[in-house]
Amino acid sequence: MDTPKTAEFAHIGKSVIVKGELTGSEDLYVDGQVEGSIDLQGNNLTVGPNGQIRANVTAKGVIVQGKLEGNIHATERVDFRKSAIAVGDVITQRVAIEEGAYFKGKVDIGKPEATRSDFKTERSSIASGAAMGAGSPIPGVPSKTPVTDTKKV
Amino acid sequence: MASVAHSFMKIFRGSSAGPGQVPSPPQTTKRLSRRSSGLAELGKSFASEEPLCVLDLGSTSAANIRYLTGRGHKIYSEDLLVASTDPSLPIKDDAGNPVLDSKRFLADNLAYGPGQFDVVLCWNLADYLDESLVKPVVGRLWSLLKPGGMLLAFFHTHEAGPDAPCYRYHIVGGDSLEMQHVDPRREVRKGPTGVAHTSIGTGVRLQRVFNNRHIENLFRDFSSIKFFLARDHIREVLVVR
Repeated sequence: MDTPKTAEFAHIGKSVIVKGELTGSEDLYVDGQVEGSIDLQGNNLTVGPNGQIRANVTAKGVIVQGKLEGNIHATERVDFRKSAIAVGDVITQRVAIEEGAYFKGKVDIGKPEATRSDFKTERSSIASGAAMGAGSPIPGVPSKTPVTDTKKV
Repeated sequence: MASVAHSFMKIFRGSSAGPGQVPSPPQTTKRLSRRSSGLAELGKSFASEEPLCVLDLGSTSAANIRYLTGRGHKIYSEDLLVASTDPSLPIKDDAGNPVLDSKRFLADNLAYGPGQFDVVLCWNLADYLDESLVKPVVGRLWSLLKPGGMLLAFFHTHEAGPDAPCYRYHIVGGDSLEMQHVDPRREVRKGPTGVAHTSIGTGVRLQRVFNNRHIENLFRDFSSIKFFLARDHIREVLVVR
């Protein structure tokens, strides 16, 4: 699920801006801007280093290299790479956070059948919270850092 | 307390003003191990089968997320030290002194419901946070904790010296921490709001040293406070709301 070849993924380039509801049944690579919601049930989302997303995301797996403001519900795994800026709550089974990534929000290692309604009951609008200026710089990024993997026990 | 703390802050800032006097920060991300009596005490809560709600105010730590979620707890992560470098925060008080806008800071951060958390991991935040934010933040943390909830904080002693490095803390065991130097060589990056943040680039400096009386005053609204003195010039403090 690394940086994909265009043929394997639907690709939103860095000059593209999408506002609204984005759904699909194939993997998606976003290097542009998306505002609204992203629903890729059973498929993967990769936010490229230039990607800027303000949306709640539902997918099988999510990799964040750029910015993502919104809740993430991933049935399998979420990876925050070292350049990631993520603000929002995460429900998934496994989380990997590379050193240097900035994350503000809740991590809930949920069961596979956890539903999106979990977000609504606990923290109604992370997107609006992020807009409050929660933005912050990234901690220092060492050149070579390990990825630590969080796995449901 | 504020005046005394402010004096220490001045001493510390003054002592390292000259070029060449500030020791270079470690160039590696090597982690140091340390035993934590406060964490051991807190660990009794982590062993609970009841899922806890934990707020970690240090730098994002995958180890802490792994440790706590692995025990079925929920963890919220928020790096207040980095958030305090938001360039929109500096204002001037009534006397014209530069301060940070605590109201705005608390509007942008720690925006949770009252009594939401069982545990707050403050680490060494109070020692490095700007003077104008310390009391408002502790007040907010009091309201975020459930009655009986616990807060763990670390404070340097005078022996630590003004150039005591700022560490991020990773939980690796019931009473074991790994300390990793917070590297001040930050990239100039744009935050989610699009504003570039660069102020952290000058490094993270110890702002003051609290003595026991200061600490007791800081947490006077809490019901109990327990001190653990460690060998590395750190006082660990466990307070209960």
